[in-house]
Amino acid sequence: MTRLSPKAVGVEILMDDAEAPAPRVDKPVLATEQLSLWYGSTLALDAITLEIPEKKITAFIGPSGCGKSTLLRCFNRLNDLIDVVRIEGALRFHGVSLYGPEVDVSQVRARIGMVFQKSNPFPKSVFENVAYGCRIHGVTRRSLLAEIVERSLRGAALWDEVKDRLDESALGLSGGQQQRLCIARAIAIEPEVILLDEPCSALDPIATAKIEELMQELKDRYTLVVVTHNMQQAARVSDYTAFLYLGRLIEYGETARLFVKPQKKQTEDYITGRFG
Amino acid sequence: MPLRRRSDLVGHLMTWLCAGTLALNLLLILGLLGLLASEGLSYFWQKPLWLLELTDGKKILGELYETEDIPQSGRAGEEQKTRVRVKVGNRDLSGSDFRWIDEAQIVARSRPADAAVLERLEWGNFHGFARELRAHGQTLARGEDAVWPLLDKLLREKAKERDALEALEKGELGRINYALERLRLAERKLSLETLPDAERTRRAEALSREQAEQQAAYASVAARIREKRSAFVAETLVVETADGVQRELPVGYVMRAIRPNALGFAGAAKLYLSRAGEFISGEPRESNTEGGIFPAIFGTVMMVLLMSIFVAPFGVIAAVYLREYAKGGVLVRLVRIAVNNLAGVPSIVFGVFGLGFFVYLVGGTIDQLFYPEALPTPTFGTGGILWASLTLALLTVPVVIVATEEGLAAVPQIAREGSLALGATQFETLWRVVLPAAAPGILTGMILALARAAGEVAPLMIVGMVKLAPALPVDGNFPYLHLERKFMHLGFHIYDVGFQSPNVDAAKPLVFATALLLIAVVLASNLVAILVRNHLREKYATRSI
Repeated sequence: MTRLSPKAVGVEILMDDAEAPAPRVDKPVLATEQLSLWYGSTLALDAITLEIPEKKITAFIGPSGCGKSTLLRCFNRLNDLIDVVRIEGALRFHGVSLYGPEVDVSQVRARIGMVFQKSNPFPKSVFENVAYGCRIHGVTRRSLLAEIVERSLRGAALWDEVKDRLDESALGLSGGQQQRLCIARAIAIEPEVILLDEPCSALDPIATAKIEELMQELKDRYTLVVVTHNMQQAARVSDYTAFLYLGRLIEYGETARLFVKPQKKQTEDYITGRFG
Repeated sequence: MPLRRRSDLVGHLMTWLCAGTLALNLLLILGLLGLLASEGLSYFWQKPLWLLELTDGKKILGELYETEDIPQSGRAGEEQKTRVRVKVGNRDLSGSDFRWIDEAQIVARSRPADAAVLERLEWGNFHGFARELRAHGQTLARGEDAVWPLLDKLLREKAKERDALEALEKGELGRINYALERLRLAERKLSLETLPDAERTRRAEALSREQAEQQAAYASVAARIREKRSAFVAETLVVETADGVQRELPVGYVMRAIRPNALGFAGAAKLYLSRAGEFISGEPRESNTEGGIFPAIFGTVMMVLLMSIFVAPFGVIAAVYLREYAKGGVLVRLVRIAVNNLAGVPSIVFGVFGLGFFVYLVGGTIDQLFYPEALPTPTFGTGGILWASLTLALLTVPVVIVATEEGLAAVPQIAREGSLALGATQFETLWRVVLPAAAPGILTGMILALARAAGEVAPLMIVGMVKLAPALPVDGNFPYLHLERKFMHLGFHIYDVGFQSPNVDAAKPLVFATALLLIAVVLASNLVAILVRNHLREKYATRSI
């Protein structure tokens, strides 16, 4: 590490114990190795190494500002939009470096979809929202589009609610429906991975339960990575959980094990609610 | 003292101050519109015609316009004297339409029912009495009761004849003239070209054949016009002024004959609408102090439309680059400052730039490259509607850039990310998500630009706006759209009629009417843009949670 901000130095002092043990996955979909990220001169991610298993739900938990969303946005290179971001280390998708010089960013994003914290349907009809990605990637035949839209909306457990209002504006849907529409929009282009950035933080408990249920269904076909600040949610839905704190990966392991028998004191403090 | 209300004097005062300021603004705007409306709209209303008998035995037939105190009178116990401004008409006899008459000189006044106002094609209105109708020197009717029914019928016939004549002169003859001019230019072009002799002769012969055809057509149309014209002036009307001077004038030269004192309300209202319609749809006469202002309305609207066509893509693309693509650096900041300052440059500077750059440089080059046969007469190398719109586009582009940038900045980042995360490129995101969402902001910029452009006069005076344009920039002659032509403009019309007119008294109400119309045109164009914007806003409403 060449440069360290005062904050990062603080992290260094705080974490005097050894590297967190990480589960080794047979064929990881996504893998980071010593991934560090700076916003200008501020270190946001500090040498993170982890592997995301296929067709499982991996949750990132940690207090606000710990870097969990930043890490998530590295996977589909959305951090590229910020000029001052600088990345070191490796990030591989099926063993291929995502930041390699020959990599097409839009192809990366087509295979690694994303659902945001705030639902962000386009100000278009429900149909056009779901069809948007397909149109971008060259599907123009109306019948094929209709088929994809129906399949995606069914996949996102939204079809029955919106099948009669496909031509109405998506902005007329409720918050939970909008978020499921965003999920439908993401799966319409058949990605391998879906990144979910606190998908339920703006939703009520019933809508949240629907999304969580949907995530369980989706993991049969997709690899899911979900960021949440809600530990109960992580415990409920995820197969693996990574705990980040101040830009470092503190602990990563099977959810059942991590919540019952945390190996690090900070993890235990966090999940027992002693800080957060 | 728990829960006691705190007195908030300053807050109350501020509220009243804000409300008062708004009320004052509204009052000023309403006052301006009210003045324009009352002065402009009353212009078309026919006033009664008074017969005034003066102390010196003279009689005057006129419309009373205003009464005012005579300066220097009414001092030292003297009685205050007043005078009236009277529109007496008969410019061909007395030299001026309006007269001031001291009220002390008026012995008697009456409103004779048979007193008539004749609106003529030339020399303004005639005030007097209709005495006799003649055809080819023979009396057709004599006396009021006989003359008027026949006159009304004749006027309707003559109006049709006038339209037919105009259609011949402006339509057919204009087309032939246009064709002849093109042939002349083609001939000259041929003499400038280097061609084998045989080819040259062949083409020259074809041209002269065509020329002969057109000239023959010209002669036949001209003969038809002569014939119609002599029929047009066959019937004459003998009229007599209040003083007993008789004139004989062709009925064809009379647009309307009115007896104001016998008009009644319905007749007056009909006359009002007819005059207002003529004002909007007619061509100006008598150095713009009479007739309509249609060419000016047309020129204004067309120029503003052309300007929008130029400025919209130009400004939007520049703003998109500044906001979406350019990395925020010193250069971008400098460009932004420069753009903002451009909005503060006096408009006449843009006019001078337009003259130097568009007219002389670009237009001159176009002439040399494409219209060498017409030189030294410039085609594009002189002011025209194209250069005027481009100059105005330059003037309004900062407004559009600033508004578009604001519109783009208001599109939430999360909307862009949603598109990018689906694998869309930056351009696809811009085209499909960002620009539609920013469209209302862009249209707000266009509205401001339209308003600014429609009201701008100074720069246009040197890049193609004229007092009287011989032809509209759009007509039936190929290529139908003549962007090189000079044009008339409502703003300049106001200035010209109000301050450059030989007949100020007659022109004054026209200034108000024209100003009212200009405001209406600006309002109408803004209204269209606002409706489009509201529609887009509904369609692309970006929700805020």
